[in-house]
Amino acid sequence: MNTILILEQTLNGLQFGLMLFLLAAGLTLVFGIMDMINLAHGSLYMIGAYLVASFSQASGSFWLGLGLGVLATVLVGVLLEYTVLRRLYHRDHLSQVMGTFAILLMSNEIVRIIWGAQPLMLNPPAALSGPVMLMDGFSYPAYRLLIIGVGLAVALLLWLLVTRTRFGMQVRAGAANREMATAMGANVRRLFTLVFALGAALCAVAGGMLGPLLAVQVGMGESILILAFVVIVIGGIGSIRGALLGAMLVGLVDTAGRTLVPLLFDKAMGPEVAANAGPAVASILIYVLMAAVLFYKPQGLFPAHD
Amino acid sequence: MTDTTAPQTATAQATPAAQPSVFDHRLQPRLVLPLLALLIAFPLIAQATGEDFYIGVASRVLVFGLAAASLNFILGFGGMVSFGHAAFVGLGAYTVGLLMQQGVTSAWLAWPLAMLMGAAFSLLVGAISLRTQGVYFIMITLAFAQMLYYLIMSFKSLGGDDGLSLPSRSDIGLGLDLAQDATFYYVVLALVSTSLLLMARVLNARFGHVLQAIKENETRMQAIGFPVYRYKLVAFSLAGAFAGLAGAMLANQGSFVGPGMLQWTQSGILLIMVILGGVGHLYGGLVGAAVFLLLEEVLAAYTVHWQLGLGAVLLIVVLVAPNGLLSLRRGMWSKR
Amino acid sequence: MKRHLLHRSLVSLSIALLCASSVSAADQVKVGLLSTLSGPGAGLGTDIRDGFQLAVKHMNGKIGNLPAEVVVVDDQQNPEVAKQTAERLLKRDKVDFMTGTVFSNVMLAVGPAAFQNKTFFISSNAGPSQYAGAQCNPYFFNVSQQNDALHEAAGQTMQDKGFKRVALIAPNYPAGKDSIAGFKRFYKGEIGMETYTSLSQLDYGAEISKMRAAQVDGVYIFLPGGLGVNFIKQFVGAGLSKDITLYAPGFSADEDVIRAVGDSMLGTFNTSQWAHDLDNAANKKFVTDFQKEFGRMPSLYASHGYDAARLMDAAVRDVKGKLDDKAALRKAIEAAKFESVRGSFKFNSNHFPVQDYYLRVVSKDGQGKLTNRTVGTVFKNHQDAYVKDCKMPS
Repeated sequence: MNTILILEQTLNGLQFGLMLFLLAAGLTLVFGIMDMINLAHGSLYMIGAYLVASFSQASGSFWLGLGLGVLATVLVGVLLEYTVLRRLYHRDHLSQVMGTFAILLMSNEIVRIIWGAQPLMLNPPAALSGPVMLMDGFSYPAYRLLIIGVGLAVALLLWLLVTRTRFGMQVRAGAANREMATAMGANVRRLFTLVFALGAALCAVAGGMLGPLLAVQVGMGESILILAFVVIVIGGIGSIRGALLGAMLVGLVDTAGRTLVPLLFDKAMGPEVAANAGPAVASILIYVLMAAVLFYKPQGLFPAHD
Repeated sequence: MTDTTAPQTATAQATPAAQPSVFDHRLQPRLVLPLLALLIAFPLIAQATGEDFYIGVASRVLVFGLAAASLNFILGFGGMVSFGHAAFVGLGAYTVGLLMQQGVTSAWLAWPLAMLMGAAFSLLVGAISLRTQGVYFIMITLAFAQMLYYLIMSFKSLGGDDGLSLPSRSDIGLGLDLAQDATFYYVVLALVSTSLLLMARVLNARFGHVLQAIKENETRMQAIGFPVYRYKLVAFSLAGAFAGLAGAMLANQGSFVGPGMLQWTQSGILLIMVILGGVGHLYGGLVGAAVFLLLEEVLAAYTVHWQLGLGAVLLIVVLVAPNGLLSLRRGMWSKR
Repeated sequence: MKRHLLHRSLVSLSIALLCASSVSAADQVKVGLLSTLSGPGAGLGTDIRDGFQLAVKHMNGKIGNLPAEVVVVDDQQNPEVAKQTAERLLKRDKVDFMTGTVFSNVMLAVGPAAFQNKTFFISSNAGPSQYAGAQCNPYFFNVSQQNDALHEAAGQTMQDKGFKRVALIAPNYPAGKDSIAGFKRFYKGEIGMETYTSLSQLDYGAEISKMRAAQVDGVYIFLPGGLGVNFIKQFVGAGLSKDITLYAPGFSADEDVIRAVGDSMLGTFNTSQWAHDLDNAANKKFVTDFQKEFGRMPSLYASHGYDAARLMDAAVRDVKGKLDDKAALRKAIEAAKFESVRGSFKFNSNHFPVQDYYLRVVSKDGQGKLTNRTVGTVFKNHQDAYVKDCKMPS
């Protein structure tokens, strides 16, 4: 096995994992603090990608588009929280499933109405659309390096936010024990809205960054949403550290699975079987991983709750 | 069919001299029998107006009604929130599909086998998942369903990503041709009615009472000494069997099986149907499936953006009728 | 209690009303256009639809002198959804023709229902080998090409140009398999890598790494629409375009892809049976009016949609509107007496076209705009490889 191949796959896994972390972080906070299953989280990711794409196209600048897109998505998220989601906090999980599923359906359709059914193309900044020579004989797409960079930067910012600010302290308290946090005087309503807004911002960054790699299309949130749920279960609901580690784990397993398994199958059984069984086995691995974690450490690897 | 058993049902209900248990669910023949008559007459009406297409729609509604009812059995009456129920339905469908590919077209062989596969897989999933609680149970049932989904997708002999187009419907003999939409409809109606009746019988029997009591307070039941895990597992497998039957009929209805049937979004839709109809109501699954699918059909005929309307209706129901549509009936005892 | 019954009655009543409201009219031609209008393949379906509707417009809203009603539906690139939608078109809307289909997996799922219903299906893109060979059907016609064709032409081209070792990438579905099979039929060099990806896969990082390791001098991709856009951007972004030449069938290098990828596509060779610079009157009118109507250059998908409508027009005209006479209608379609934008057009015995295939290259035209330019002919009067397996019932 080729060192360059392994290196490249590790970087790809890192890149995917970091973006997954952005989504999982928002999801785990909402679930951990507000105890709400939010199936519409993927919709915020989709809306974020669409808004970033639109602003980028309108302004001609990727970075301006990203900034405006994130702000706009936060607005959408806060609006959503204020009007609808707030009413679901006190309800049982089943009602939350139905309510957020309804929002998922509606967001898909509204996006389709506004932007049409065809996918939007989002291009990376021109300076970063080419490769970067990392070592002799190995050049890696500059844009993917940017994603890794942005992902790490956001992770750092989030860590600072959670450990060094008052808001972060309230978040950690709320995740650990909701009733006590309220008794201690945290303004719960405002906290919830801020947490939701943070989640929306993270989704938008992930959507905007991944847009140039994938296509910005209706329904793009569904596939990544389920992986985000897997990540937070593995990592521990309510824990950002858990979300990061869970996301890295899932990202690496997924990428390694996608390359190594088909390679193995290819050598052993030919390209057709590799094509069919390869990706499937890679996906199954992730769920086996989750089932195993649930069975042995049901609270996840880094549980936030007492 | 239910006409002949109706007097029996009425007698069974009249017999217990004691007060009706809070865990008993009345079949409500006064409401249901007229509806049943309408359902029996429906194909004739449709054929008379030249709208044969809707017989197929009605079959589909009934099949999903059974699938949702089987989920309601464990969710509404057992408290088990399974986010992987579509896997059992899909497994039943694929059993029929695979057998037909191998040349086995007899419904008498394929459909019971589909039920068996549904029961077996749910036994496996339940054995492991029922050791967990709450949101973890939800996630682990989801995980198993996804595993099966990817597994099925990886086999080219099962059609892989594209699924299998079935050349014909199952062969049921008895001089009946299931390729005729109306005949198929009546077979589906008969099977769904019988299954619902069976589920009601189980729920009103001791097993069902224990199951519902477990839903109310599992710790207490465990303290009293009931083997809670075993009861839940049996209920889970039973639900899996009925789901498998629904899957077999679904495969026949569309003459098609595809991995999409097992996706998590499908499990989500089944959950929505149950919640919409009324969790813990005997006919919750059927009503939910009917409203969901008919809404989809009616809206789709008017606008290409029907998902917006569907989502809006679901949202309104969540906010206004928190316990589902069937709980809106005034004067009727409704759960919680 | 009463409310419950009322609730149920309302539901039944609404069904009845719905039934009553959809009355099918005679004296018109109803066409069901089932195509992919969402997802990465949406550009292709939209082009087919626009091409078809432009043709109907050119014929003043009529097909064969009868007023035309075109019901456009989205198959969402999903065989299951497509099957249900096809049932609706065939049984509820009772269409006279079906057309559209971009993807072969969808085509194979909806075909049987149309054939059983004795409704003619004029495919404007999907040409699976099954329907060209052993499973050929009197009710199936393909107005575009058999799936393998463009790939056979590309294989021949790469063979002629002396590529020693190539990588092959196609999606894992019937047309994808057909494409690689077709390519290998005419390319005799070494295959360094053969990979099938998922139809919903948009990130090709893994495949690109493998290609780097496989040390090939050329890569042939069949990734229609949005899939191709993503691959080419990532391929160029990883720096591989310097050492490896990219070849594609027309599907992966047509106007929609060029528009989305941009200058990175300069110099990409591709094969196609149609080009917008083909010199005939029908094509000139089609290209000019398409640009005027839709503000973009048509792709080969649009040309097929256009031709499908013209074929239907000629056939309906031939049978003088008697659409119930299936045997006569079939003969009329087989005769294909219409002016295709490709020039002359004729069907083979398996209802697939016999036609020429050209080599195009992406370059800048006189106005500096990026587009395809025809540089040569690869095959003349090419027949597909499966016609001998087809025993068409008469």
